[in-house]
Amino acid sequence: MALRGLGRRISIGKRCFSSASEVEKRPRDGKQINLFSAINQALHIALETDSRAYVFGEDVGFGGVFRCTTGLADRFGRNRVFNTPLCEQGIAGFAIGLAAMGNRAIAEIQFADYIYPAFDQIVNEAAKFRYRSGNQFNCGGLTIRSPYGAVGHGGHYHSQSPEAFFCHVPGLKVVIPRSPQQAKGLLLACIRDPNPVVFFEPKWLYRLAVEEVPERDYMLPLSQAEVIRQGSDITLVGWGAQLSVLERACDEAAKDGISCELIDLRTLIPWDKETVEASVRKTGRLLVSHEAPVTGGFGAEISASIAERCFLRHGLQLEAPVARICGLDTPFPLVYEPFYMPTKNKVLDAIKATVNY
Amino acid sequence: MAVSRLAPSASTLSKLLLHPVSAPPFSRPFSGTAAGDDQTVLTIETSVPFTGHKIDPPSRSVEATPKELLSFFQDMAVMRRMEIAADSLYKSKLIRGFCHLYDGQEAVAVGMEAAITQRDSIITAYRDHCTFLGRGGNLVEAFSELMGRRTGCSKGKGGSMHFYKKEAGFYGGHGIVGAQVPLGCGLAFAQKYFKDETVTFALYGDGAANQGQLFEALNISALWDLPVILVCENNHYGMGTAEWRAAKSAAYYKRGDYVPGLKVDGMDVLAVKQACKFAREHALKNGPIILEMDTYRYHGHSMSDPGSTYRTRDEITGIRQERDPIERVRKLILTHEIASASELKDIEKEIRKKVDEAIAQFKESPMPDPSELFADVYVKGYGVEMQACPGLKLSKSIK
Repeated sequence: MALRGLGRRISIGKRCFSSASEVEKRPRDGKQINLFSAINQALHIALETDSRAYVFGEDVGFGGVFRCTTGLADRFGRNRVFNTPLCEQGIAGFAIGLAAMGNRAIAEIQFADYIYPAFDQIVNEAAKFRYRSGNQFNCGGLTIRSPYGAVGHGGHYHSQSPEAFFCHVPGLKVVIPRSPQQAKGLLLACIRDPNPVVFFEPKWLYRLAVEEVPERDYMLPLSQAEVIRQGSDITLVGWGAQLSVLERACDEAAKDGISCELIDLRTLIPWDKETVEASVRKTGRLLVSHEAPVTGGFGAEISASIAERCFLRHGLQLEAPVARICGLDTPFPLVYEPFYMPTKNKVLDAIKATVNY
Repeated sequence: MAVSRLAPSASTLSKLLLHPVSAPPFSRPFSGTAAGDDQTVLTIETSVPFTGHKIDPPSRSVEATPKELLSFFQDMAVMRRMEIAADSLYKSKLIRGFCHLYDGQEAVAVGMEAAITQRDSIITAYRDHCTFLGRGGNLVEAFSELMGRRTGCSKGKGGSMHFYKKEAGFYGGHGIVGAQVPLGCGLAFAQKYFKDETVTFALYGDGAANQGQLFEALNISALWDLPVILVCENNHYGMGTAEWRAAKSAAYYKRGDYVPGLKVDGMDVLAVKQACKFAREHALKNGPIILEMDTYRYHGHSMSDPGSTYRTRDEITGIRQERDPIERVRKLILTHEIASASELKDIEKEIRKKVDEAIAQFKESPMPDPSELFADVYVKGYGVEMQACPGLKLSKSIK
């Protein structure tokens, strides 16, 4: 069994890429760039290092609606970077076929809100291909990238967080980065992972998040959560853009003497239960936060699993019920967005309520 | 019906703001002999003949009265003015979110209305502001909805992409490309049961024409002879992708294969009217038909798209000069001496004024009440408890 070091980052052999902790420790050697540029760099590297990698989707040729695919068509040609017609189901099916022939198919679904026509292909074809063919066939080279999440004014169909639907499908991986440096490493890992992956990019951060990102080729491990802030009173778990909200809540809570441990889950399935469990066994309290509606959101899975594991063990137990601060159970609203969102104040309130339980 | 809407009324400006666009705001008579004569019926040829697929196209000679032409001019001018105003409102951040403008395509909305009644249904995608006006929506409702105010047609909860008007048979207003077409066929299915001689016009774009669900819906409609008219508003660009890059066959009127189709100059309001009238009669007797409206949008796909990275400015200016729908009607009016150039300019000035007033009015409108956030997720009374944050006192029970 792996070490249960208190507060230390744990690496568990079977699933990691070796470079993870090394990247974090090396001195920064990159430029300050934003999220879409980091993703762009990852795509450039992916196409450069594998001549059988392809990038396609709606309007990706000119650079895409969020500029993530800028320069790819010019550099690698329209045989490898091309626009598709407006048909998500077709794009997904096509990508699965391409991947089944041993290629790296990097398909873009323009907004996660539009992914549903492709849902059948992803769930029934991509996720189960290897399993049902007894490992004769697979579409491991498939990566579907899609901007997700609130953007301040997106309304019903430009703001959704559909990650929970995909987390319910064994055979798929779901990965969500929180920042430019993370995005580049995680995306390259997803592209090179031999399983089909859905990679959701927090669109709010495309321009807003700027960070120093190494220019070289590097990968970050999948299925490994990252403790980005150490603490002792409560564990906060989130992913994507929500982490910056959680960080600010942690800062505020610190003023009241509450020490928060903050974990970025990074890969939602298969998720790193060990890291979260170790943290909760230290702090005794858990709060999960995501933009997707609370009922049936991925927070429910984390909540249930941790309650199972941490209920009463080795003298340590959950001091309070697991709190979930998430989107409301309504369609993603238009003008009510500020009410709907799991804001810093809602999180802060819940931190205090949980700590004072 | 087109003629009855043209009866002049002594409506004041404020009434117009709350009444359908198509009621003329002016009651003074126009100069020129033709205008004063209600009985005159002009026969005008459409710009180009219709092209049919598995059907004999209608004649390109269209009948229209002077009053009708004036109302076309006015209706399109209001739509144009509204979209331009929406553009500036968006740039001043009063409208937020996603805003897809229709200017250039007005003839499709206006021509269609002239051929049908409000008992027929229309369903379209997200470029719906002008379709809404055509269905009888007013400017205040439209601007309010764009701004998310309580007085909006969808109570401020829908926004630009989700205008609806139930009493006028306008089923909206859809954000997901192509999803409205099977819905439209379903509407027609219900109409067939009602046996009330009504039809549904299901509009979609050239981008949506490649969606699988369209063909599924078309097959079912043809199988069951549904009174549905599928209208492809082909503005030649699916967001940033030109039609020839997205479709193996850009002859959308032929894509129905076993379903007949008609290609129509969508910038010619009379052609649109003729085609819709023809299609309506066909659908009631024989089932689905496809209309491809050859049209153009001056703006980009949405306000986030400058519209110039995938097409040249020369192309846009060229279309504006040669095929603009409003200019075409203006020329017809002047040629037939229905009104003078300065009279038409006056109409446009008044329209501008009305639009400005509507904007001033909506700015006074309040935002929706916070309780609306939870309203209409389910039917009221069917018990859903909304949890804002478990463990906190923000939970709300819907009784």
